[in-house]
Amino acid sequence: MTTGVHITQGTFSYLPELDDDEIRAQIQYGIDNGWAVAIEYTDDPHPRNIYWDMWGMPMFDIEDAAAGLHEVNRCREAFSNHYIKVSLYNRKLTKQSIALQFLVNRPQHEPGFRLERQEGSNRAVQYTLTSYAADRPHGERYSSDGPDASR
Amino acid sequence: MAQGNGSETKRDRFLAGVIPYKEMGYWRPDYEPEDTDIIAAFRITPQSGVDPEEAAAAVAGESSTATWTVVWTDQLTAYENYQAKAYKVTPVPGADPPQWIAYIAYKLDLFEEGSIPNLTSSIIGNVFGFKALRALRLEDLRIPQTYLKTFQGPPHGIIQEREMINKFGRPLLGATTKPKLGLSPRNYGRVVYEALRGGLDFVKDDENTNSQPFNRWRERFLYCMEAVHRAMEQTGEVKGHYLNVTASTMEEMYERAEFAKELGSVIIMIDLTIGFTAMQSMSKWARANSMLLHLHRAGHSTYTRQKNHGVNFRVLAKWCRMIGVDHIHAGTVVGKLEGDPNAVSGYYKTCTDDFNKQDAALGFYFDQDWIHMPGVMPVASGGIHAGQMHQLLHYLGEDVVLQFGGGTIGHPMGVSAGATANRVATEVMIKARNEGRDIMREGPDILRTAAKKSPELDSAIETWGDISFEFESTDTPDVIETPTPVA
Repeated sequence: MTTGVHITQGTFSYLPELDDDEIRAQIQYGIDNGWAVAIEYTDDPHPRNIYWDMWGMPMFDIEDAAAGLHEVNRCREAFSNHYIKVSLYNRKLTKQSIALQFLVNRPQHEPGFRLERQEGSNRAVQYTLTSYAADRPHGERYSSDGPDASR
Repeated sequence: MAQGNGSETKRDRFLAGVIPYKEMGYWRPDYEPEDTDIIAAFRITPQSGVDPEEAAAAVAGESSTATWTVVWTDQLTAYENYQAKAYKVTPVPGADPPQWIAYIAYKLDLFEEGSIPNLTSSIIGNVFGFKALRALRLEDLRIPQTYLKTFQGPPHGIIQEREMINKFGRPLLGATTKPKLGLSPRNYGRVVYEALRGGLDFVKDDENTNSQPFNRWRERFLYCMEAVHRAMEQTGEVKGHYLNVTASTMEEMYERAEFAKELGSVIIMIDLTIGFTAMQSMSKWARANSMLLHLHRAGHSTYTRQKNHGVNFRVLAKWCRMIGVDHIHAGTVVGKLEGDPNAVSGYYKTCTDDFNKQDAALGFYFDQDWIHMPGVMPVASGGIHAGQMHQLLHYLGEDVVLQFGGGTIGHPMGVSAGATANRVATEVMIKARNEGRDIMREGPDILRTAAKKSPELDSAIETWGDISFEFESTDTPDVIETPTPVA
């Protein structure tokens, strides 16, 4: 169980965390539809952080979801305290986009976001959302000497 | 019509006076529509004693070049080109009084490029009041690629919308703020915040939430956008509220839309009542300003609902996709508002698919190739709740916004809990479907199992589990397996 906020990006964030069998079933659904499997990770879950780091190339030609799950678990080992998501990608004409996306890993502590209000005239506010995780230099976030490690 | 050589025929055609439309060139049973023609299927109910071919010819005439009497000035034109051509009538089985489906082809020259007002002024202009007909309904319209390509379609479309708001592989969830009239802007924003924070993606102004004395638009926009951003902070998701910019003039609509943009909204909303021209203007504005455009079809039932007269909603949906909106309300199948399941399925496919194949059951009279024009996200709204999730997913698919107004705000544990119940139900049903389970059979079990870990869903099922709206639809597609032309 993680502490802090519980961000709800991805399709299954309102359900209990998926176990390996459940993750494998979702990946298999994608493979059966002819979709590619992509794994990405980040330490900055800002809702408009589109370009998470890619865990290798998307897998375009796998037939067994076990291969996808294997890579999910390797990514989890390497980045256990990051957000990790699986994207299933549909290259079909007129789609050519992600068909399903869900989180498979979260940091132990999710610090969440700060909402900054820049007050303008006539009460018109400019809102800016900032990830607390991004307050720290990139190399120090979620590291063993970070403030989150003690929680 | 006078027989004889061609010159006599032509002379008779232009004798002053009134002659049947059939004899003026509007009935052409030999005509083969060209790929560039617009083709219409009209349901015609002639006055008793009026020959259906003459009635069809009259519709062709009155929706193209004809007037009630012969005009010699036709001869200054290549009039055969501009005349619409009724080329087939087929009887509707069992209709009383008798009805026919009349097929009419229009040359592309008749229409201004990229103008739905012009297209509709011709095809549903004068002709609907024509005395020789008891009733007239436009059932379907084949838009040729050559004309379709003069429209840009949705400002963003389904794919770009999902990429913009970062949500994939499930229906989007919304709710309309209730009560829709009476709340102060500040209290209104409270409902928006709770619903978004609880798990909905969008909340919505209702069609008549514009700028009333108790809730002026600028105040509402301020509080709603505070609510949207607070919910984003709490969830880490992109959230939106459809800010309804419907107003009495374009100037006022632009002013409201600009303010929505200034506050960081991802979406604005318009009502169908603003008219086709205003819709096309707002579509251009939305594309130029990276703003999603939600359309509420306020008023459509005045002319889409009656089976014998008006315009079928599938035609209106086509026009709206061409005009270019990102969302359109298209029926629910299982909710409180009108809609035969097959017909509603046809409306959805009109919004989302790249090719609509002729299919009598779905109400498609023609093949319609959308030539990769982006799809419009259909919106299901009215009397739906979490307990129907398996049916909603089965009938409507995942490219849809499910709007649970009462089903969110009426939740016994509060607005936020209502939103959570809907989100849990959506996600668990998508998960089960993807795992290969038969959701139509197992749906209620899937929901009950999920409810054991979700008190919000448990309470929703307890409250609404047995509610359904089983009324027979007033409109169904007439299935004609093998259309037989009238001799």
